[in-house]
Amino acid sequence: MQGNNSNHIIAQDHPLEIAGKKFTNRFLLGTGKFKNKQELADCIQSSGTQIVTVALRRIDLEQSGESILPYIPKDVIILTNTSGARNAQEAVRIARLAKESGCGNWVKIEVINDSKYLLPDNNETIKATEILASEGFVVLPYITPDLYAARALVKAGAATVMPLASLIGSNQGLKAKEFIKILIEEMDVPIIVDAGIGAPSQAAETMEMGADAVLVNTAVATSANPALAAKAFSLAIEAGRLAYISRLPKQKDIADASSPLTGFLFEIS
Amino acid sequence: MITQKEINDILNDKSPESVEALANAARKITEQYFGRTISLYTPLYLSNYCSSKCTYCGFNSHNRISRIKLNSDQMHQEMSHIANTGIENILLLTGESYQATPLSYLKEAITIAKQYFPSISLEIHPLETAEYQDLYCAGADGITVYQETYDKIRYSQVHISGKKSDYAYRLSTPQRIAEAGIRQISLGILLGLGDVKYDLCSLYAHLKKMESAFPGIEYSLSFPRLRKIKGQDFAVCDIDDITFIKIICLTRTLFPRVGINLSTREKPLLRDHAISLGITRMSAGSATCVGGYHLLTAENQDPQFDVEDSRSVGEIVNMLKSKNYDPVMTDWRRIENIPA
Repeated sequence: MQGNNSNHIIAQDHPLEIAGKKFTNRFLLGTGKFKNKQELADCIQSSGTQIVTVALRRIDLEQSGESILPYIPKDVIILTNTSGARNAQEAVRIARLAKESGCGNWVKIEVINDSKYLLPDNNETIKATEILASEGFVVLPYITPDLYAARALVKAGAATVMPLASLIGSNQGLKAKEFIKILIEEMDVPIIVDAGIGAPSQAAETMEMGADAVLVNTAVATSANPALAAKAFSLAIEAGRLAYISRLPKQKDIADASSPLTGFLFEIS
Repeated sequence: MITQKEINDILNDKSPESVEALANAARKITEQYFGRTISLYTPLYLSNYCSSKCTYCGFNSHNRISRIKLNSDQMHQEMSHIANTGIENILLLTGESYQATPLSYLKEAITIAKQYFPSISLEIHPLETAEYQDLYCAGADGITVYQETYDKIRYSQVHISGKKSDYAYRLSTPQRIAEAGIRQISLGILLGLGDVKYDLCSLYAHLKKMESAFPGIEYSLSFPRLRKIKGQDFAVCDIDDITFIKIICLTRTLFPRVGINLSTREKPLLRDHAISLGITRMSAGSATCVGGYHLLTAENQDPQFDVEDSRSVGEIVNMLKSKNYDPVMTDWRRIENIPA
């Protein structure tokens, strides 16, 4: 039976497209907080992720320690992030250094000037995006969800917009739901929800409302079995995506068994 | 903000149940915010010249020790030795002598250190904002400055003479460092010097004030316990292990994202357990005297304090791995520091 063929179902979806590259998996993985690098490699394999983000500050370019790079398969995109940047200029310098160091030209801009809440500075992120996009970087900016910032970023050349769901590392889930919904509705670039997603159910909810992808790190890396958790997130994200493209019926507040208001019009007298 | 009474109550209760409960809370928060990672660094003493007289310190200007200051060739030798162990974060230290280790000397040390280490911090005598800015532009990422004790009377009793006896100047130092644009600031109290509960409450208030005024800075805290120097007691530290661990755990629960440093002043057993309770950075393979890595033999060394954990960097790395922690060698990538 054709209806039972999962490949057939998935074929009805189009892949996630960023800067001309196509991705069939919509789960992005952060690489911090893992207890060892093999565990990260296991998560990449179990989840089938095709994009991982790595902080340049944690890449051992001197290779005096154990480098993270050999643990990331060649066909997985390394999205270098500018963790540690406090303003646009620092983010730009980190991104350029990443490119010079052979880490490619995909960059997730993180500009954070608050060590307590770690909220991104949207204004500085826009400035950094303008500069880096004009230099040919594929720029994925991490922001506090805000429509004006998102518009400015796309105008500046951002390939996607990455709004946070809640405070980074908090596992609080989709606290910024209503504002992310607006970005999904209004922006033409992919919306990748990043930070704060603490459970596969939250990731599924994010995808059901139409997000294009979800990035998770803390919830996977700090779970008792990261490889299993990564797979659970990946499956939840796929399930949420399928639910979204299947156009689920909306939730209703009351039971709706028949047509109590207009049913009489169609009754045979 | 936690009150003095609450701190007193928490530290006074030494029942195993209360220690375990606090440790559980601290461990959970640490894993959530930092995962299972520990950053490593090594201290390098550049000079033991000091113009201050502090009763508890081996570098005290009145102590009859051989005074040494590394020249540039010696810096290269010591730094190359440390870099070969795999360490990428260096902490450069001096005694507090404005004459022997002026700004030009510190800048020279940073310039040389840049050839070996992606991340450079300094623990030196307090400076003016413009001087800190010079160090920042030269390549300094972090500055460590401990108030030692926030009790003014006790402070004056142990800091007898020299620039360090100026309590107010030292207290305002973190602000000057922040204004200069430095990325990381480490604050701390020397346990055993003053009343620990009062000092802890004052340190928390100081950190809180700094966080509000300069939110973009990465802060870390240290709680060094007074140690013997060449086997001799210069002051008695009455902070037992239970209190020490409670201080770390309490700090973690109050400041979830702040870094907490642990030096080789502590014994291996305690260090190995503390990593899961809130510590984020630890020193490894440390020598606490000038020339201690390569230049001097053990019997010719005059340390600032005696090291309790003499394991090598490799041994610390293996210990961390055996406990399922990822040793982080690199946590910063040098970019040109431009004044704000």
